[in-house]
Amino acid sequence: MIAPALFAVFAAIAVVSALSVILQRNPVTSALFLVVTFCSLAGIYLVLHAEFIGMVQVIVYAGAIMVLFLFVIMYLNLGRDIETGLQIALRRGVGWLMGFALLAAGVALFRHPWAAGPPAPPGPPVGNTQAIGLLLYSRYLFPFEVTSMLLLVAMVGVVVIARGRRAPGPAADLPPGAATGAEPRGDA
Amino acid sequence: MAAILDNPDLRFAFWALVKCVVILTAMLGVVSYLIYVERKVAGHMQARTGPNRVGPLGLLQPVADILKLFFKEEFIPDAANKIIFHLAPVLAVIPALVSFSVVPVGPNFTVTDINVGLLLFLAMSSLGVYAITLGGWSSNNKYALLGGLRSSAQMISYELALGLSTVGVLLIAGSLSLVDIVRAQEHVWFAVYQPVAFVIFMIAAFAETNRAPFDLPEAEAELVAGFHTEYSSMKWGMFFLGEFMNVITISSIAITLFLGGWNGPWLPDSLKFLWFFLKLGVLLFFFIWVRWTYPRLRYDQLMNLGWKVLLPVALANILVTGTVIHWLGNR
Amino acid sequence: MIPISWSLALSAVLFVIGVIGVLVRRNALVIFMSIELMLNAANLAFVAFSRDMQSLDGQVFVFFVMTVAAAEVAVGLAIIVNMFRLRETVFVDEINLLKG
Repeated sequence: MIAPALFAVFAAIAVVSALSVILQRNPVTSALFLVVTFCSLAGIYLVLHAEFIGMVQVIVYAGAIMVLFLFVIMYLNLGRDIETGLQIALRRGVGWLMGFALLAAGVALFRHPWAAGPPAPPGPPVGNTQAIGLLLYSRYLFPFEVTSMLLLVAMVGVVVIARGRRAPGPAADLPPGAATGAEPRGDA
Repeated sequence: MAAILDNPDLRFAFWALVKCVVILTAMLGVVSYLIYVERKVAGHMQARTGPNRVGPLGLLQPVADILKLFFKEEFIPDAANKIIFHLAPVLAVIPALVSFSVVPVGPNFTVTDINVGLLLFLAMSSLGVYAITLGGWSSNNKYALLGGLRSSAQMISYELALGLSTVGVLLIAGSLSLVDIVRAQEHVWFAVYQPVAFVIFMIAAFAETNRAPFDLPEAEAELVAGFHTEYSSMKWGMFFLGEFMNVITISSIAITLFLGGWNGPWLPDSLKFLWFFLKLGVLLFFFIWVRWTYPRLRYDQLMNLGWKVLLPVALANILVTGTVIHWLGNR
Repeated sequence: MIPISWSLALSAVLFVIGVIGVLVRRNALVIFMSIELMLNAANLAFVAFSRDMQSLDGQVFVFFVMTVAAAEVAVGLAIIVNMFRLRETVFVDEINLLKG
């Protein structure tokens, strides 16, 4: 009895804050509402007995990804978005219309009779985290290792992007080193 | 009425609520006297006496402090983002309280024992960044913003070292439940098996709680008061409360993971929690001792220490621990 | 036990909100957030099916999605910051030149 009630509460919070993400004009407020959405999704995962995923959701999404977002918004010192003018109003109308069309398509799909496949035979009774770990290091070992490569590549890519361009570009009128910070550029 | 009392869900919720109230009250009391202890210890370390005017030995000083905070004028900058400005101090307190709910104080006293207890602690400590970052940003003050940005970079960097240092303990205990981890330390503390991880955890704990020598987010020499420059009255008090609650929570986790939790000789099970509080007192004194002993790090030193020293050492520690456990298991 | 249709409905609604966010907003950061929202909606569907079919593979997939999302955010935000340095704007309709 308690689980469905919790699900409903978390779902309501998730939907309302997700709507606020796209309706708020201030990017910081949007980011904060997205944090609320992620945390309520973590609550839903807990209700669905996916404890590990629920906690990792908070650690990764709320604790790392959204902090990065906030950091960038503050670093760029963005104010409220300006969204006026005919073109933007037109695009907003079309966007909402297409969104509702997509939702209608989804509802139509739901109206068809459907059933999920037969449940797999229950595995050995171990804790959620332990079971996921066993699965990761056996059946999904190769994807898991590839993921580490992906993270490494992303890290190197970000360092390259963030260091700025080395050839003289739009920032050529600045003194050498000013574009990348105080560091002198050896090959400029 | 009897039907309500018999419902297991409701009974669980009721007892959880009672425990929460006990912990909240205890935390508030401990924090107010922790501030007194900090001032006293600081005084003696600097060859002064510390507060000694209010009540015998100055013991009523916390009451006076709190009254002063409540009656001070509250100042909110005109250009501040009002809602977030009000929200930030609240966010400073909540994560510390939530993660205390999984700390096993005694054999029969935990609010909840969940099978992802350690992950909950890590999740809450990663949410702790928001209070300081948002407080700094919403004040619309350059020093506050700099303090907020510094803290978000610092806390993300040291969270990695904090999380990785606990992996060694997990490998030995084989469980994420903090109660199981304490039970696994009945004979030997994990600080003995994992000395390197313990040191890394403590260093990262200082950085996570923004305590000296890692108090760069408030660095009064450069940033006036950092993220709480514009805060006054009880809102400032909430930040202070949050900082001390974080210190208490992270010390409790350190005790649980490395110092044997409630385990100790002589006392019967029902009094084992006294060991926990003894260890907590020692660690809290350690936090204060370090604060008044070491100077603040420079920012580049802080980042170098986090990324180039603590992180590789923590990874090497995991590798060594894993190899040894595998080797022992294969014999 | 929560019926799987509840989770799927919530997932669909969140996904549509994400789509609308991408279509109507012009701030690149908010568009990026909407993409994250869509990824989360997909994750919710994975977890719901994993619960319904008593198999953990869905949760492993969520784990991979989170890793990819983390990498994607790091790269994407670096690109947005660089774009802001060049054009002093984060509005996607003002960034309409292929040349930097």
